[in-house]
Amino acid sequence: MTEALTISSTPVSDPKQIEDLTLLKEVASRTAGVSNLEMCIQCGTCGGSCPSAVEMEDTPRRLFAMLRAGMREEALKSNTPWICVSCYHCVVRCPQNIHIPDVMYTLKTMAVDAKLVQDSTAPDFSQTFVDMVEDYGRSFEIGLASRHYLKHFPLRLTNMVPMGMGMLSKKRMNLTPTRIKNMKQLKAILKRAKELEAEQ
Amino acid sequence: MSDYILYPGCSMETGARAYYDSLKAISKPIGLNLKEIDDWNCCGATEYFGISKTPAYALIARNLALAAEQAANGTRKVVAPCSACYLNLAKADHYMREQPKLGRQVNEALAAGNLSYKPGSLDIHHLLDVIIYDIGLDVVEKNVVRPLKGVRVAPYLGCMVPRPDYDHRWSDHDLPVELDMLLKTLGADVVDYPLKTECCGGHMPQISPATAFEMLRRLISVADERDTDVMTTICPMCQLNIDGYQGEMNGFFGTNYHMPILFFTQLMGLAFGIDPKELGFGLELVSARNVLDAIGVKAPPETPPAPPRRPRKPEGLPMPTPLANPQIETLKKEVTK
Repeated sequence: MTEALTISSTPVSDPKQIEDLTLLKEVASRTAGVSNLEMCIQCGTCGGSCPSAVEMEDTPRRLFAMLRAGMREEALKSNTPWICVSCYHCVVRCPQNIHIPDVMYTLKTMAVDAKLVQDSTAPDFSQTFVDMVEDYGRSFEIGLASRHYLKHFPLRLTNMVPMGMGMLSKKRMNLTPTRIKNMKQLKAILKRAKELEAEQ
Repeated sequence: MSDYILYPGCSMETGARAYYDSLKAISKPIGLNLKEIDDWNCCGATEYFGISKTPAYALIARNLALAAEQAANGTRKVVAPCSACYLNLAKADHYMREQPKLGRQVNEALAAGNLSYKPGSLDIHHLLDVIIYDIGLDVVEKNVVRPLKGVRVAPYLGCMVPRPDYDHRWSDHDLPVELDMLLKTLGADVVDYPLKTECCGGHMPQISPATAFEMLRRLISVADERDTDVMTTICPMCQLNIDGYQGEMNGFFGTNYHMPILFFTQLMGLAFGIDPKELGFGLELVSARNVLDAIGVKAPPETPPAPPRRPRKPEGLPMPTPLANPQIETLKKEVTK
């Protein structure tokens, strides 16, 4: 009873005491384009439009509320950004025009940086894909698939044999990577871009 | 002839070879003159954004910068047949304008490779958009010599072309009619397919197989319920997931679906009377021969099976003949007693 009284008597005149928007602002500023993240009205249209929401620990609406509440660790630990399939159903329906998949990309980056990722399957896949692109300038499916499946889905490999053999025999997968001509230029661009990203 | 700068994207040379082959085959009859961006690189798909923002946009922008250089002496229209490639090009161009800070940073990175890109200087389109709105269905219709009569086709666009649709080009975000109109022009029996812009799962088969299989099951079962002969798509990723992972999905659910999926350019070529072999027929893992049978076209031979192994010599390797062993002979006699 006394506790309840103390809470109700907390002065609310200073908005800083009830809201710390550091996290929300950080996510918004790290997102490409104008994310409109701070405009969320918690309507839930995003989660209702999401084809993979059932697999998410938090719906996008809830996750955005967590960001507003400054729950850094909980938000970055959530599997939600990794389950997002970038289908843009939520984007075209969001009444506040929030760039939801782009916010998800930012949260992925932040979760990796903060070492709060719970399941490494998705970040490893992205990193392997990007490694190949940084080496060759092109994606390299068979290298990506073999590296990824051996590490994360070794037991699935037997089920994958018919598909893999089909793709190879129909020449839908190259055994060797294709490299772009001006790899030197691409490497210089990416090196500078990484420096700029780190400066932020 | 209308001139376009082509950004093919990685999959057109590998997984979606049928898309590239059929695009090359149909481009001449419809007057599409495509010139590839010289030394283009991967667009980063949906993977690079989640790793690091500025490098992801710089990777895409190198293609835009190269295309803009090429555009200096000709058309500024860029066409991408792959949905992810199209969206990434369009998105980089759009966000570099929407957020000038991103534009400056990307250009600072590009400068390290002596390149630059002024956002808004190119006009970026998906291939279907070009065929419907630039070339026109009347031109398509003139080329139809072998209508796809009686073939029930489900139009499947996937996500990234009708959404987010920065330039408001499509008739609807969820149920656009452009692909239906094209298929009708080809004489096909268009299936009313309510999941035409639902997601195929993207990279989910590599990350969370159960999620991916459920998404594929929805797409395939609904097409199957509506007596679809073949699905048709405008995206290499959609084709790969529905075609390539259908077998594993059937194993997962204990189902037995056989739902072929072709690129829309393959169906266009077929209706234009082009030899199916030139259109990449037979490259799909779930065979679409039923489509060819339905309109009475001879299917190209299946990929030749591996040559039979050389028959073994019946006599085998020379082996020493066992010598008669008197001890064994006596033992045998004792056992039989």
